[in-house]
Amino acid sequence: MNRPDDVAIIGAGMHPWGKWGRNFVTYGVEAIRAAIADAGIDYRDVQFVAGADTMRNGYPGYVAGATFAQAMGWTGIPVTSTYGACASGAMAIEAARQRILAGMCDVALVVGADTTPKGFLKPNAGERGDDPDWLRFRLLGATNPAYFALYARRRMDLYGATEQDFTAVKVKNARHGLENPYARYRKAFTAEEVAASPMVADPLRLMHICATSDGGAAIIVSSMEWAKAHGHADPVRISAVSTITPTFPNTVIEMPNFASDSSAGLPQPERTFKASIANACYEQSGIGPDEVNVAEVYDLSAALELDWYEDIGLCKPGEAERLLRDGDTTIGGRVPVNPSGGLACFGEAVPAQAIAQVCELTWQIRGQATGRQVEGASVGISANQGLFGHGSSVLLTG
Amino acid sequence: MSETAPTRVPAIEGWFSLDDEPHLIGTHCTDSGTYFFPPETTMSRAPGFADSKLTAVPLSRTGRLWSYTSAGYQPPEPFVSRSDPYEPFCLAAVELAEEQIVVLGQCPQGVTTTDLAVGMEMELVIDTLDIVGDTELVVWKWQPVGWEKQS
Repeated sequence: MNRPDDVAIIGAGMHPWGKWGRNFVTYGVEAIRAAIADAGIDYRDVQFVAGADTMRNGYPGYVAGATFAQAMGWTGIPVTSTYGACASGAMAIEAARQRILAGMCDVALVVGADTTPKGFLKPNAGERGDDPDWLRFRLLGATNPAYFALYARRRMDLYGATEQDFTAVKVKNARHGLENPYARYRKAFTAEEVAASPMVADPLRLMHICATSDGGAAIIVSSMEWAKAHGHADPVRISAVSTITPTFPNTVIEMPNFASDSSAGLPQPERTFKASIANACYEQSGIGPDEVNVAEVYDLSAALELDWYEDIGLCKPGEAERLLRDGDTTIGGRVPVNPSGGLACFGEAVPAQAIAQVCELTWQIRGQATGRQVEGASVGISANQGLFGHGSSVLLTG
Repeated sequence: MSETAPTRVPAIEGWFSLDDEPHLIGTHCTDSGTYFFPPETTMSRAPGFADSKLTAVPLSRTGRLWSYTSAGYQPPEPFVSRSDPYEPFCLAAVELAEEQIVVLGQCPQGVTTTDLAVGMEMELVIDTLDIVGDTELVVWKWQPVGWEKQS
């Protein structure tokens, strides 16, 4: 079905995730060249570059759009650089999509890449007593996994989730990613191995929590007309993008905050922030969650994947464990989630990750996801959330 | 430690009191009824109430445990560990009934996850964050009501 505000994905490319220790630009350039080759175009056809920023690689990371435009050889085109933590990639996709839909360009490049340090993500250096991200480490020692663990414990109390459920998510995703050439970890794990890994943030063990990785991802997007005129008769389409923020009062503590909003004065919104992220894509496109047959969601922790099943509308609140246990979200099931292997197999490369989700969904809908193909994949949704209140979701149709 | 007690100084100014029954300090948007913690002083963030007065108020000293976790590995800087080797601590998110807000805090050293259960009653205490020379930096923490440190 043709929607007037669809844009085409004519190329997708990635650099394998890992701990390569090279400059982030090298990963991004490899991903761009792969996406350009996939699209069958020349870089000089690109009319706009949207780069997703990395905060850990100095100035070139803050101006990612220009950094990649320079690395590819200046062609004088406009650029933008976006930052929304884990949602940066979706913001870059949205910038490119809007430019195309506004008729201001035909073909755009979206790219994100990162080189990450080992261990916990930590705040920028310096004594910054007015920065909540610095203060949460200073006053509380609240790491990112601590927040994931609060949500996981809450889920256990509200819905009866068990540590075995979290472990089952990890085992599933590890199996999904076994043959993904871009995944960093391509190893099957038993439930016993996961359960034997050290406790990081109770109830989450090391193997329930994603690592941080180096990686790069890129897509080439164009207007539907341009795609058709250049050899892409029936491209995968972006039918909706969500880059929303919470609605006050946000009653769930968001990283890096010290408290939730108070709901003593104003009524709570109809949906929690996380549940409103994908919903915005459904409202934009008129496509409902019952039509989705593949999803890539942000399993920063294995427990968060269960939250996403509900928040993207695959089931009602409290039913995620049943969906998992019934095998609905495993490849071969009703609506496979994270066929790529998810963050469990990739580790997080912040500015690249939301774009990588879209690459995977593109390959799934084209039927090119060798070794992990979801049969009949035609409508896919990605979902993630960046700290400081950034929603990220992209809905793709075949 | 020297014989004279170190001077207690809040690790952050204006977020909590140091009296015998310590409490967090929030602000109250008088027109909407919303509370803010950390205290919002610039403007009410309740949409539509930008012109409302913000009044500093003590927040409830007790609340119910919304969720909790432990820090099995030493968090990175600027966190400061008070023990070597590092000793894990717990974090508690506590829901205050009147303010309808969930506030995160550490638990005092010695509270373990076996002491905690979602829904239990928690109380605010002021405890050491770090000691620098003669100065004890203190911060708010949550502990189960009636919990006492084992010596």
